[in-house]
Amino acid sequence: MFAVFGAVACAPQETTPTPTTGDACAKENLQTQTAGQLTIATDDPSFPPWVVDNEPENKEGFESAVAYAVAAELGFTDAEVTWVRVPFNAAIQPGPKDFDFDINQFSITDERREAVDFSSPYYDVRQAVVTVAGSPIEGATSLADLADARLGVQVGTTSYQTVIDVIEPTVEPSVLNTNEDVVAQLSNGTIDGAVFDLPTAFFVTAVELENGMIVGQLPLLEGSTPEQFGLLLDKDSPLTSCVSDAVDALRADGTLASLETEWLADVAGAPELT
Amino acid sequence: MVSRPPSARQLERVAYRRRQTVRSVIVAAISTLCVGLLLGFAIVGAPGWERVRTRFFDPEVAWRYLPDILDGLWLNVRLLFFCALGALTVGLAVALVRTLRPSVFFPLRVLATSYTYVFRGAPLIIVLYLFVFGVPGLRLQGTPTVLVLGGIALVITYGAYLAEVFRAGIESIHPSQRAAARSLGLTYRQTMRHIVLPQAVRRVAPPILNDLVALQKDVGLISLAGPIDAIRAAQIATAETFDYTPYVVAGVLFVLLAIPLIAVTDALTVRAARRQSAEGSW
Repeated sequence: MFAVFGAVACAPQETTPTPTTGDACAKENLQTQTAGQLTIATDDPSFPPWVVDNEPENKEGFESAVAYAVAAELGFTDAEVTWVRVPFNAAIQPGPKDFDFDINQFSITDERREAVDFSSPYYDVRQAVVTVAGSPIEGATSLADLADARLGVQVGTTSYQTVIDVIEPTVEPSVLNTNEDVVAQLSNGTIDGAVFDLPTAFFVTAVELENGMIVGQLPLLEGSTPEQFGLLLDKDSPLTSCVSDAVDALRADGTLASLETEWLADVAGAPELT
Repeated sequence: MVSRPPSARQLERVAYRRRQTVRSVIVAAISTLCVGLLLGFAIVGAPGWERVRTRFFDPEVAWRYLPDILDGLWLNVRLLFFCALGALTVGLAVALVRTLRPSVFFPLRVLATSYTYVFRGAPLIIVLYLFVFGVPGLRLQGTPTVLVLGGIALVITYGAYLAEVFRAGIESIHPSQRAAARSLGLTYRQTMRHIVLPQAVRRVAPPILNDLVALQKDVGLISLAGPIDAIRAAQIATAETFDYTPYVVAGVLFVLLAIPLIAVTDALTVRAARRQSAEGSW
């Protein structure tokens, strides 16, 4: 346990200088760790498609690109962005933070909200179809191509509901206890494809599955609340509302959608299936 | 035989017995009612009863997911039928091999004995994993579906239990019966077929049916390979609703499914007892 509780009371707002203008989210009014600089955290190492080459400074990869877009929205130039590395599990603990916000595929949950702040979500987690080379669904481009496939999913997940409601398979899906079982059946050829959430799909194809590939992303399940990723900030950080406004603005002007297409669909090879 | 009117003493005796029966029925009814009420108050009166009722006994949820669970149960029933047939066959065959006397069959006996040792000891779930995840990994031509592979795992495991039950039955037949059969000129095969097995199987019918009741619950474990059985269907429903009612529904269905088999077992036991004891049933 590395929570240092007394420190929560020493959040920066006590040293607040009087705002010089009315706009609380103007760059000069933001109480960042270092005045005039924006300190952003991510994990070390961090992986594609979120960060490319483990260098968040290169603006490549979805999360790196989103981080710089948020920085720009807040008024910081690329040169005014500093990166620090914070392990995932350390970031979600209560306690003082040495970053302004952290971007590291943090799912927003009420439990975590007890310990930290989250911005508005910058990403709605999608479901993706994974297969292996030589499978009947290799190269499938539409939902119809998947209807007759034997698909595997983990029990009790959004993946199962998505298969049933979005793909509407003609073959009963294989419902398994764990993701490892799904991967095992896929490499055994007992199933043709598997459905995971997209971050898991990237991990599975990169690490667990030989000759694995992502067929594509499935449309969001209607009427359900997807898992969402948010930027993580210190509990009651004075920046939370401004960072949220910036994320909302990026969503409204289509920047988030186009970054998602660029880094997740095009570069990482997870096209939209319709 | 001339039927005579019963004596006054006999009538008195009959009347006394009837009164005793009525009294014991009334006492049993009252005590059952008391215990039932106590249990009822203890459960319904518990501080968390409302929460438990809505999370475990929600009729609306039960009704909504009943068709899915029944679909799953149908898989259990089919599997039970085929696996029971397979396990009985394997069990009887192995028992016969284990009881072969001639020394030339020693290697067969060793194989049969090791089989019963290994598969009675091996946890079913691990045998299932080996068959449904291991065997397809060999990528042999014509590998059966995971459903068939899982069925084979169940047959092999339960065959080992049943083999021991059959063997116990065969060995419980007194050697003098074999000796008598052989001295009458029956071959080994005829002796087994007409003298030993009919008595042996009758003797071990209750434990065999008992194992089949256990098999009925274990066939559902095949869901770890992907097929959706009743419990898996309930699990999926529970994940959707955050309500445990579907599990209760599946549990009740399993009990209903087991009742006929259990009733047959009990009836057989009672019949065997009646036949074997001059005292009649008790």
